[in-house]
Amino acid sequence: MESSDLAAVWLTLKLATVVTLLLLLVGTPVAWWLAHTRSRLKGVVGALVALPLVLPPTVIGFYLLVAMGPDGPVGRLTEALGIGLLPFTFPGLVIASVFYSLPFVVQPIQNAFATVGERPLEVAATLRAGPWDAFWSVAVPLARPGFVSGAILGFAHTIGEFGVVLMIGGNIPNKTRVVSVQIYDHVEALEYAQAHWLAGGMLLFSFVVLLALYTFNAGWRNPA
Amino acid sequence: MSAEIRGKFRVDRGNFSLDVDLALPARGISALFGPSGSGKTTCLRAMAGLERAPGGFFAIGDTVWQDDARGVWLPTHRRALGMVFQEASLFPHLSVRGNMAFGQRRTVPGADPHRLAEIAELLGIAALLERMPPALSGGERQRVAIARALLAAPDILLLDEPLAALDARRKQEILPYLERLHGELSIPVIYVSHSPDEVARLVDHLVLLDGGRCVASGSLHDVLGRIDLPAVFADDAGVVVETTVAEHEADDLTRLEFSGGHIWVSRRSEAIGTPLRCRIHARDVSLALVPQTQASILNCVAATVVNLAATATPGHVLVKLDVAGNPLLARITRRSAERLGIRPGLALHAQIKSVALLA
Repeated sequence: MESSDLAAVWLTLKLATVVTLLLLLVGTPVAWWLAHTRSRLKGVVGALVALPLVLPPTVIGFYLLVAMGPDGPVGRLTEALGIGLLPFTFPGLVIASVFYSLPFVVQPIQNAFATVGERPLEVAATLRAGPWDAFWSVAVPLARPGFVSGAILGFAHTIGEFGVVLMIGGNIPNKTRVVSVQIYDHVEALEYAQAHWLAGGMLLFSFVVLLALYTFNAGWRNPA
Repeated sequence: MSAEIRGKFRVDRGNFSLDVDLALPARGISALFGPSGSGKTTCLRAMAGLERAPGGFFAIGDTVWQDDARGVWLPTHRRALGMVFQEASLFPHLSVRGNMAFGQRRTVPGADPHRLAEIAELLGIAALLERMPPALSGGERQRVAIARALLAAPDILLLDEPLAALDARRKQEILPYLERLHGELSIPVIYVSHSPDEVARLVDHLVLLDGGRCVASGSLHDVLGRIDLPAVFADDAGVVVETTVAEHEADDLTRLEFSGGHIWVSRRSEAIGTPLRCRIHARDVSLALVPQTQASILNCVAATVVNLAATATPGHVLVKLDVAGNPLLARITRRSAERLGIRPGLALHAQIKSVALLA
């Protein structure tokens, strides 16, 4: 494997890790709200969160590029804050990936919260646990399978993204060139051997991740 | 009564409405009794603050938890209550000990570990402390839930049909523990139930709810002895008599004593002097103008007719009797009532065919 391949692998893992952590942070309150709200906005927010499941990644990438560009609202804001423009930077890639992988994290956690239901929280309240206390001591531990699924799916999905990265991050070595883009480059250059190494690695990785996920879920449901 | 529990709740949800104004004693077990849909669980949830009844009021003595007229509202986690739900509601990720300590840790800083052991002993779960909830039987789970609620140092214990999800055998397993609590607890207990047996066995004060309205509220004996109530108890109409074990006799009978006389039952294991609650169904009481010595029915007490009322059963009347201050109900046919000339004030003899012993 070439050093550029290793750099791409490293960058991909770094991106997926940062994105997963951010998604758990952002996705948990969204999932909680969706699981418990009786607001009419629930449908709208749910649909927005699910959009990346059906939209072509290039569409998401395109709009994010426009928004974060020099004339977009986000771009103006980041420039005014002295951060500069986000496209073609690692932070830009992180933000784009957060949007792209959002449903993969929010939906399992939301389902887990919904499965836990109101009753354990009511019980916790009758035992003097305030809402914040009950969230950490009851809701999160009981929703653990959802968090594990969400984290694994978010991580794996970010590792596999291609279209959004290409639109927003381009192909800058060590900065935005992730494994999927590197594979594309190898194939373009007819370097099939290198492409095989990386593609095979991705295949194996994805399979192991899903195997782990399904094994974990089965184990959780039948603790005996 | 100065220190009493007052609850005033109005809930309107289209197809269901609740409108009650309750005053319950601050000691002993009070039951909210009624058919499903009568609003008893909603009432209990409103007391716990799990349900918000706008314009409501709830106070235990001087401690006000809700008084919307003065803008007082305590969220559930700020109310010193213990609650046991209908189905097992233990936290599955915590051991029995973890479940029991959950509320205790949040109430009493530096909680006394002996207290947990004591309560575990009281409810017969001391051997289960390290088990996880899925490894418990339904009855054990409910006992843990009761213990957990008690350890949170409540000022009131709310039980929402704690036995409803259990089969008859599990119920028999828990009832003695509830009776023990009755004896040892100084806090009031509100018990939601639709089972006449549980109510007759455990309760001191009885509130009848029907269609979201309070139909009757009073001591168990008074409410059960009323004949004007809609057929809440239907075929189960009857009274509860507090007796004492007086004597074990040679022919395998035990004599129970109460202020109105004696009742003989099959030999009991309880020691002489033990108090025993008996439930006497109206359908098991027949009336005679002269004492029947030539009949097989053993239990016969002198009684005076108080009044009569129609029953849900066609052709029958319910007769309320007074047995030296104890109410007794008899369900007889209208024809018999007319033949015997049953009228208020008439002295006669009540024959009790069978007695259900409640402990």
